[in-house]
Amino acid sequence: MSILVNKNTKVLVQGLTGKTGTFHTEQALAYYGTQMVGGIHPKKGGETWTGSKGETLPIFASVAEGREKTGADASVIYVPPAGAADAIIEAIDAEIPFITCITEGIPVADMVRVKARLDRSKSRLLGPNCPGILTPEECKIGIMPGSIFRKGSVGIVSRSGTLTYEAVFQTSNEGLGQTTAVGIGGDPVKGTEFIDVLEMFLADEATTSIIMIGEIGGSAEEDAAQFLIDEAKKGRKKPMAGFIAGRTAPKGRTMGHAGAVVSGGKGDAESKIAAMEAAGIRVSPSPARLGKTLVEVLKG
Amino acid sequence: MNIHEYQAKALLKSYGAPVAEGVAIFSADEAEAAAKKLPGPLYVVKSQIHAGGRGKGKFKELSADAKGGVRLAFSIDEAQAHAKEMLGNTLVTAQTGPAGKQVNRLYIEDGADIDRELYLSLLVDRSVGQIAFVVSTEGGMDIEAVAHDTPEKIVNVAINPEAGVTEADLAKLTSALKLEGEAKADAEKLFPILYKAFVEKDMSLLEINPLIVMKNGRMRVLDAKVSFDGNALFRHDDIRALRDETEEDAKEIEASKWDLAYVALDGNIGCMVNGAGLAMATMDIIKLYGKEPANFCDVGGGAGKEKVAAAFKIITADPKVEGILVNIFGGIMKCDVIAEGVVAAVQEVGLKVPLVVRLEGTNVELGKKILNESGLAITAADDLDDAAKKIVAAING
Repeated sequence: MSILVNKNTKVLVQGLTGKTGTFHTEQALAYYGTQMVGGIHPKKGGETWTGSKGETLPIFASVAEGREKTGADASVIYVPPAGAADAIIEAIDAEIPFITCITEGIPVADMVRVKARLDRSKSRLLGPNCPGILTPEECKIGIMPGSIFRKGSVGIVSRSGTLTYEAVFQTSNEGLGQTTAVGIGGDPVKGTEFIDVLEMFLADEATTSIIMIGEIGGSAEEDAAQFLIDEAKKGRKKPMAGFIAGRTAPKGRTMGHAGAVVSGGKGDAESKIAAMEAAGIRVSPSPARLGKTLVEVLKG
Repeated sequence: MNIHEYQAKALLKSYGAPVAEGVAIFSADEAEAAAKKLPGPLYVVKSQIHAGGRGKGKFKELSADAKGGVRLAFSIDEAQAHAKEMLGNTLVTAQTGPAGKQVNRLYIEDGADIDRELYLSLLVDRSVGQIAFVVSTEGGMDIEAVAHDTPEKIVNVAINPEAGVTEADLAKLTSALKLEGEAKADAEKLFPILYKAFVEKDMSLLEINPLIVMKNGRMRVLDAKVSFDGNALFRHDDIRALRDETEEDAKEIEASKWDLAYVALDGNIGCMVNGAGLAMATMDIIKLYGKEPANFCDVGGGAGKEKVAAAFKIITADPKVEGILVNIFGGIMKCDVIAEGVVAAVQEVGLKVPLVVRLEGTNVELGKKILNESGLAITAADDLDDAAKKIVAAING
């Protein structure tokens, strides 16, 4: 089993015809035949996209048309920042159940607008400013390197793209493998939070342990820790390891991700680590020991 | 991006917010003419630097009992004397760090008779994904201290973006601030104006501390700190024009030209990493092994060889740097592109300090091959832990 995406997931690409969209669509098609079913371009509807190895996909003028003609239940967005929010809203309006937005650098005011639409829709948004999601040997949406994955039992959820790869790489090296890895993204306003993903991992039978990677800024990690404490009281609990990036980051400075900033006395690493440990997560002080820390937890 | 107080006030004034009359000056000669434009007889001379705590700050060059970075003047002569003493000197505040900041601009403002000092800010409340007002009756103080000691005195009102600032929102805000009469009426006009300015100009923070009720019962914006969402500057030419590069670190300015996420720090291990989380984690692991990072540097996902070379040059140009750690986990970023960029930069500017490179992910073998064949003195690392150990060992000799 897995969460959110599997071998049956059919994916439309918004922003397929650009350089980034093209590269990652080729990679997705090459990854265990992920079902990429078409691209969207308002002016190129009816044309055909051709990849560097001769792969082809139909292009539709709108997400609604693409969904109608392919039965897609997911979309991935590689549209540049200025148009990305409108692309998300188009996918929401077309009632795409699962939307992943990879784009980094969307103005936060645009995401506030998107969030209001999202809250009264049936769609789930992953991201923006995220690496996407991957279920090993089944489906790759986004930009994670498929080669480091191995089918297995660990659910991974992270605010950081490259730290997701570290967790994947290390759990593969430890022989544990992954059920699904989810990058929720580094922006302050986003579609899917830790709690949403943790709920799914707790419910997924194949996921027998979880790695959660947070970073400075906001209080999503503290909220997730409280959620885990509440669920544990109901008897729902899985072994977990974690990491928080940004222990050494100076206050008041935004560290790359728009959401990674300690401000107004909130969002520092120490309070997140304390909250996670209180929820029973073993937090590794080193990002190089995520896999080993989880193994230690599993050995008890 | 941050702007100065006087720029923030001019912006808010253009939206109709009540701010005092004031004039910005760049040299002491302008002080007299500036003060003469104001009604008087009370003037406030305010240092314009991108840091808070100016009032309690001290000038490095002046005696310890000299007045701080915000001064009252009861005559034009006094305002002029203050300007002479302040301009060009270095103000050290709780937020500038011990090095302080040179004061190159002053704002001379009409004084106000203060009855009450309130706190108001607008920011993005990420827990609800909405813009929120944060208000408190405890204005004029360090709001972090208020939040810590008396959290019940801070009230948060999130605004539904589809409804805007409603009557109910205004009622909550004015009640929280205990406003009545003319001040309440002023606030009911002011708050929607501030929200509008925040949204239209893509601000990330608008902080008014203090927002005052004057003895005549009216409201006034007494201080204003505004930061803008860097991701939205592309659609605001007017805001970009307000940027004051003298307030920024030279290395950070150069980095911003290349669209690199770079933050200068105090340590001596330079870092070049892809991804913000991994870049922070790399800093953390350096610290774990007993050293301090010289910088945060995320070259991002889609960097080309030129951008990588530019990043490498910025890092090596920092005289504090005694060693460099390059840590790449390629997803979008291909390891061979990083390798080519590093090699090109080293060939151009040379390499005077130890360099440890850890590559993993997309095109890793190709990247390692490029580094090996370059003939440069590069130490390869197997993983992040190995990389951190090797660079710390190299520096410790």
